Amino acid sequence: MKNKYSIFSLIKNAFSYHENWQRAWRDPEPKKEYDAVIVGGGGHGLATAYYMAKKHNMKNIAVVEKGWIGGGNTGRNTTIIRSNYLWDASAGLYDHALKIWEGLSQELNYNVMFSQRGVMNLAHNLQDVRDLKRRTHANRLNGIDAVWLNTEEVKKFCPIINTSPDIRYPVLGGTLQRRAGTARHDAVAWGYARGADSMGVDIIQNCEVKGIKRNRDSVEGIETTKGFIKTKKIGVVAAGHSSVIANMVDIKLPLESKPLQALVSEPVKPIIDTVVMSNAVHAYVSQSDKGELVIGAGTDAYVSYTQRGSHDVVEGTLKAILELYPIFSRMKMLRQWGGIVDICPDASPIISKTHIKGLYFNCGWGTGGFKATPGSGDLFAHTIANDEPHKLNADFNINRFVSGDLVDEHGAAAVAH
Amino acid sequence: MFLINCPYCGERDQSEFSAGGEAHIVRPKQPTELSDDQWAEFLFMRKNIKGIQLERWNHAHGCRKWFNMVRDTSNDKIHGVYKMGEKPPIK
Repeated sequence: MKNKYSIFSLIKNAFSYHENWQRAWRDPEPKKEYDAVIVGGGGHGLATAYYMAKKHNMKNIAVVEKGWIGGGNTGRNTTIIRSNYLWDASAGLYDHALKIWEGLSQELNYNVMFSQRGVMNLAHNLQDVRDLKRRTHANRLNGIDAVWLNTEEVKKFCPIINTSPDIRYPVLGGTLQRRAGTARHDAVAWGYARGADSMGVDIIQNCEVKGIKRNRDSVEGIETTKGFIKTKKIGVVAAGHSSVIANMVDIKLPLESKPLQALVSEPVKPIIDTVVMSNAVHAYVSQSDKGELVIGAGTDAYVSYTQRGSHDVVEGTLKAILELYPIFSRMKMLRQWGGIVDICPDASPIISKTHIKGLYFNCGWGTGGFKATPGSGDLFAHTIANDEPHKLNADFNINRFVSGDLVDEHGAAAVAH
Repeated sequence: MFLINCPYCGERDQSEFSAGGEAHIVRPKQPTELSDDQWAEFLFMRKNIKGIQLERWNHAHGCRKWFNMVRDTSNDKIHGVYKMGEKPPIK
């Protein structure tokens, strides 16, 4: 049983110089057999295991991770959370996640530092204005908070934005979702890991999947670097490496894996207390609690698994940032990195069964998966436990690429992601 | 970011090129006879290989010609370029 984190445990441990904290999760060797195995120990995978144990009473399960938990895209994103998507299916999916975010720290007894500081999406031309207004109306019909701001209101909400009419891409207005915001990405992985572990889930790190054993139409287990693990249900949540796993069982996925970059500046005093995104000039920025500007850049156009990206992508993003925020012109950038994102042709995820019994995929989150972590885990857990999708992820099945019933969020959502 | 040896212009910066995705996906000869599964395969499904991949590139800010490339997607090393219609230099 885990000790509860509270002000009292903090004081108590202060007396022993914080040397006697219980470890947050065990480091077990894999058992011979599990009821289910989740492949991928990022936020989505750990959340899946957590909800399988908590809501579906599946406690003899394991999460296998080839590196360390939260070391992939969970620790590489820009931590933006919002649910202002255009289509009904997406709105349902992402707002389900946002509602879980709102109580997540309490539920996990782990501070994920969820901060509803608002996300503002800027419009720079007439088509942007029309699209964003349309999206605002669609959001409100789906019960998602959204407001349209004119240029003066944008300036009032975030005074450092250059709203001069004579810049190359003038700010003509923007949308604001006040319930949106950011969270501490590592804490999400750690909180879910601690929660899942306390219910008996084995989290096995440094364990890479090498093959999937199947008997005709169903799975029998996985070959890993720590030996064979027998199981009847495998949930793959491998983000950029989803196709690598799929290729082991000759399943083709509609995915392309590309590096997505982000960068942070030197830390400065509080200057921007919200998240501002601009799709047209492709720049988005927020400020971390440490004071660093957190800047998201774009993806490279080619497939690559290198976890780095091209310099010209960063350069393009910083040009846009500088035009919108001339105040940042002397900021120094400290770090830059890339994560491998699995992009679907319709920019919507896949949370689905496959034609192989007991094999499930949760992938295709592309450039915007972090925001959905709790909802994705909850719905994928439901899909695996019941062998059928929840109504909220029914539209996100793999067969939509055959039927043509796509959830086409490309260019329709606030994208940029 | 890397340098690409365009078969028509020589070595240039990658930012001059645009990526055209997986190569050798053959356009269906009889589109009207394709099933939905076959259309999905042609339009959407990709191998997305981690390792040696054959892909199409276009020298967009140069000669504007299309060509093929053999590239290792796990480290971005290029193992050769070849013109459209030619066989890949390695299998």
